[in-house]
Amino acid sequence: MGHETISQIVVSALLANNFVLAMFLGLCPFLGVSGKLDTAFPMGVATTFVMLVASLCAYGLNLLLSAFHLEFLRLIAYIVVIASAVLLVEMVLKKYSPALFRALGIYLPLITTNCAVLGVALFQTAREYDFLQSMAFSFGGGAGFTLALVLMASVRERLQLSDIPGVAQGTALSLMLAGILSLAFMGFAGMGG
Amino acid sequence: MTAQVPVVEATPTTSMIKTLGIVATVCGLIIVGAYQGTYSAVAANKKIAIERAVFKVIPGSKNISEFYAMPNGIAPAAGETPPGAVKFYAAYDANDRLTGVAAEAGAKGYADVVRILYGYSQDCRCIIGIGVVSMRETPGIGDKILTDRQFLANFTALDVKLNADLSALANAVKTVKHGTKSHAWEVEAISGATVTSKAVGKGINDSAQSLLPKLVPQIEKLRSRQS
Amino acid sequence: MTLPGQQEQKLSMDTFLEGLWRQNPTFVMVLGMCPTLAVTVSAVNALTMGLATTIVLVFSCWLISLLRKLVPKEVRIATYIVIIATFVTAVDYLIQAVSLALYDALGAFIQLIVVNCIILGRAEAHASKHPPLVALTNALGMGAGFTIGLFALGAVREILGSGSLFGLSLFGADFQPWVVMILPPGGFFVLGAWLLLFAWWKRRKGGRALIAEGQHHGA
Repeated sequence: MGHETISQIVVSALLANNFVLAMFLGLCPFLGVSGKLDTAFPMGVATTFVMLVASLCAYGLNLLLSAFHLEFLRLIAYIVVIASAVLLVEMVLKKYSPALFRALGIYLPLITTNCAVLGVALFQTAREYDFLQSMAFSFGGGAGFTLALVLMASVRERLQLSDIPGVAQGTALSLMLAGILSLAFMGFAGMGG
Repeated sequence: MTAQVPVVEATPTTSMIKTLGIVATVCGLIIVGAYQGTYSAVAANKKIAIERAVFKVIPGSKNISEFYAMPNGIAPAAGETPPGAVKFYAAYDANDRLTGVAAEAGAKGYADVVRILYGYSQDCRCIIGIGVVSMRETPGIGDKILTDRQFLANFTALDVKLNADLSALANAVKTVKHGTKSHAWEVEAISGATVTSKAVGKGINDSAQSLLPKLVPQIEKLRSRQS
Repeated sequence: MTLPGQQEQKLSMDTFLEGLWRQNPTFVMVLGMCPTLAVTVSAVNALTMGLATTIVLVFSCWLISLLRKLVPKEVRIATYIVIIATFVTAVDYLIQAVSLALYDALGAFIQLIVVNCIILGRAEAHASKHPPLVALTNALGMGAGFTIGLFALGAVREILGSGSLFGLSLFGADFQPWVVMILPPGGFFVLGAWLLLFAWWKRRKGGRALIAEGQHHGA
């Protein structure tokens, strides 16, 4: 259904259908990297960049594969493209910002296995978005991912100064937090068309 | 004592290419094998699903045939959808007589696209039933479109007759607030589930406006089933 | 490639059991979260997803283990991903052939199995270093553990959120379901609750062990 306008798509992917809090994509880095604001934000930006590249390539690849009736190669083609995009980002970061590269550490190559990135490619194909819609979708999705990450990191940083029962520390707490954030974001439902 | 640094050899390029080639071939064979092996089962499943859906919206049907409606005529569906064509299903009873026509419609609801199948009967120039194909609306609120009897009653005789020159619907299908329905072409929304109700109405309107002007002038050709 | 000194693991019961409890992917390693929370709105969906992931896990680890001496280490991640994607594509078609209803329910998350951290993690950490039978057994255990985790989540969410289990209504028509449980926040809450339960249980066990030790020393 390609009837959605660009702004509808962006707002929807950013808020109402937030990739992390509503669609459950990108959870591993969300739970893993959201400990500190300083790493959360750059991670979000790096992931958004990879999403944009992946979306672009997926759109082109889909046209190519459909023309030759090779749809069954779609998944492999997408994932290879994503892996390459991540390698590209790694090289660029290593060269221009080595400190950031070290700070992100193992989580940078893990963007390859971030469901959100592959999810962007798969969803835009399933919804048959055209080029501009795909770009808007990946931008909105990446921004939404970054937003969720930043929100989570801010809260968790504050929590480090609080007195939490030992039983609840760690992932259980992050999940409860994520649930509350998700509940809050449900208030955006219906926005954007 | 000199420490011995273990020498790690980089893999020569030819063996890398050889291995990648083997892996690619094996994977390719597996994918193609799976695709071919499941092709007929998947096609059969899809056919059964469509038949079940069409029989539900056009009662009394026993067989269906797929067609494309285009500005210049109707053609049996085969291969890719030509641009500007609208796909529909013609349903026939046990005597191979046309019972109605079914088509898909969709519009964005609360969470995602709400996809429905609706049945149209030329005898009454109206929609006689709908079935929800897929939706992700809020359980307990939006998903009432599946069960709310009053809402579903909207679609037992929804007026979709064409205007005088057969170019569009005489009256566009519109979703109105609960309790304010006054015309046969209006859809009364479910109280508290307006967004989802509007999606159904909009989807039907969009599809009918696109399909019926192309289909109705030619519908007599479909009256009896050609095998 | 085995490092000097590291033995290739012998096949044992522990190879299988490891994934079930001690290193349970869902509750201990907290991996593969995306499908865990997304598809566990009902017990049937959860089991299907668990089964699909297990199939991909088992076949991928087996093939990767078979090829482990051939794959050059520079391209190993890329190779593993391609192999995993192959089996995911195959399972995708298989599910479509078995039941279109299930396929629609699971949606894009079948194809997202390819980026499930469990599979790549297992391939890298285990399958690439052990013989095929060992890798296969371990993968089977991991998959079973993952399926159990998914089921635990799916069952609770379905019971609370729809008042049913496996589609069979449990509480009758008057039951007011706790709808949030089958919506996204519910997924987070239920998994968080399970982890809380396990953490509490572990502390109790640890506490008891400390008390027992104290008594032993004191006596």
